[in-house]
Amino acid sequence: MRKNVFPVGTFKNKTVMKHTEDSIRAVKKSLAEMWVLVQGQVEKAVQALLTGNAELAHEVIGREKLVDSYELAIDRECENFFALLNPVAVDLRMMLSIIKINNNLERIGDFAEGIASFAARHPGVGVDQQLQEKLRLREMTETALEMLNLCKTALAREDGKTAGKVFLRDDTLDRIHGDSVDILAGYIREHPNAARECLLLHSAIRRIERIGDRCSNIAEDIVFYLEARVLKHSALSEGAVGGTENGKE
Amino acid sequence: METSSISAKDVNFYYGDFQALRNVSLEMERNTVTALIGPSGCGKSTFLRLLNRMNDLIPGARLEGKVTVDGEDIYGKNVQVVELRKKVGMVFQKPNPFPKSIFENVAYGLRVNGVRDRETIRSRVEESLRGAALWEEVKDKLKRSAFELSGGQQQRLCIARALAVQPSILLMDEPASALDPVSTSKVEDLIYELKKNYTIVIVTHNMQQAARVSDRTAFFYLGKLVEYDRTEKIFTHPSEEATQNYVTGRFG
Repeated sequence: MRKNVFPVGTFKNKTVMKHTEDSIRAVKKSLAEMWVLVQGQVEKAVQALLTGNAELAHEVIGREKLVDSYELAIDRECENFFALLNPVAVDLRMMLSIIKINNNLERIGDFAEGIASFAARHPGVGVDQQLQEKLRLREMTETALEMLNLCKTALAREDGKTAGKVFLRDDTLDRIHGDSVDILAGYIREHPNAARECLLLHSAIRRIERIGDRCSNIAEDIVFYLEARVLKHSALSEGAVGGTENGKE
Repeated sequence: METSSISAKDVNFYYGDFQALRNVSLEMERNTVTALIGPSGCGKSTFLRLLNRMNDLIPGARLEGKVTVDGEDIYGKNVQVVELRKKVGMVFQKPNPFPKSIFENVAYGLRVNGVRDRETIRSRVEESLRGAALWEEVKDKLKRSAFELSGGQQQRLCIARALAVQPSILLMDEPASALDPVSTSKVEDLIYELKKNYTIVIVTHNMQQAARVSDRTAFFYLGKLVEYDRTEKIFTHPSEEATQNYVTGRFG
């Protein structure tokens, strides 16, 4: 957007739209709270997965309902905003983005619950340390959390560049997920008794990879809001940085 | 019916010492609706009124630049203002029917222009009232006074009156600002229909109305044309920060 169409000081009568600004602040606040909650869910879920901490896992599962209620509340706030304030231009793009981000965050919450359910069903059985290292599980979970955090920062600071960093990291997740099939197959050959756990572990890894996909979606939504550019299904967010050969759900 | 295109090039307009328009250039295509938006005093109404020389009689008013309709300079020496206004009709903010019957209101322009044939007048009146989506409501009371109609009906009568002389361009200066929501939506539907046969320029303070009815939107501020683009673009991602501030209601 071109700025400074008029000399500085031209907009003496620039007004603040109190109702609009208050509503924007309120919905952004709800979204930020939900974000903190979902981040906590993912952190605890992967922790429970790696260490077999069933108590932590049950905590995640119990708090999933809270994530759902945030989603419903934010949806309602957005609905009211559209109905009462007729947003256009940047306000319109922001509200459209928030609706989508809200939905993506809720799905990330679901994935956290899914990951936690692995630990809940196998109390005390953390993932074998050597296998963890081979699978690069720690790197994978840290990357997913970093992506979630980058998105949060990008939105809070209204910074499209930070959002752009998310796409590269999604590639890392895709690679780790892609490699995991062979690694787990090899492990099963050596430890046939662990086949069931390995299958469940693979489904947890898949969920972490999905969290990455959802973060990429959120980053696309943020760029749309800030720069009015549509990155969805474009080379910039998919192909150019390696593509998502494993597809999305 | 032939519709017309309008073009303004490097237009400056002065009321005495006050410069109301600064270097405005704008091209309006045939069969489109162009909305002129901007805060009070930004020059949008002045610009609209230039298009059928409504500002001519204002003392001290002065125009620089060129305004053409279908390529013809409407401020040219040989232009007859009466002829121009037959081509460029205008509808005002408040309905202003004449103190005459519904029929005579619509027939007025025809009679002034020397049409005498009763059948021609009758059919043109019906055609115009149909065009203004009013015929069904008034066909049984054409001899009644126009003042018996509701505000919304009066405004559509004024539109019918403008249509009767078969213009190719319709200028509308806040045509729905004095109307209730039902009448407003009728006038907006009408604009949508009329676009097939006319080139329409509308001044409105109602942002949502501009968004609903127009194909292109021009944003004026302090006498300048700040941005002119497809209406979708203006209301989703305008190029200028000033436009964004205005359409989102952040200054005015």
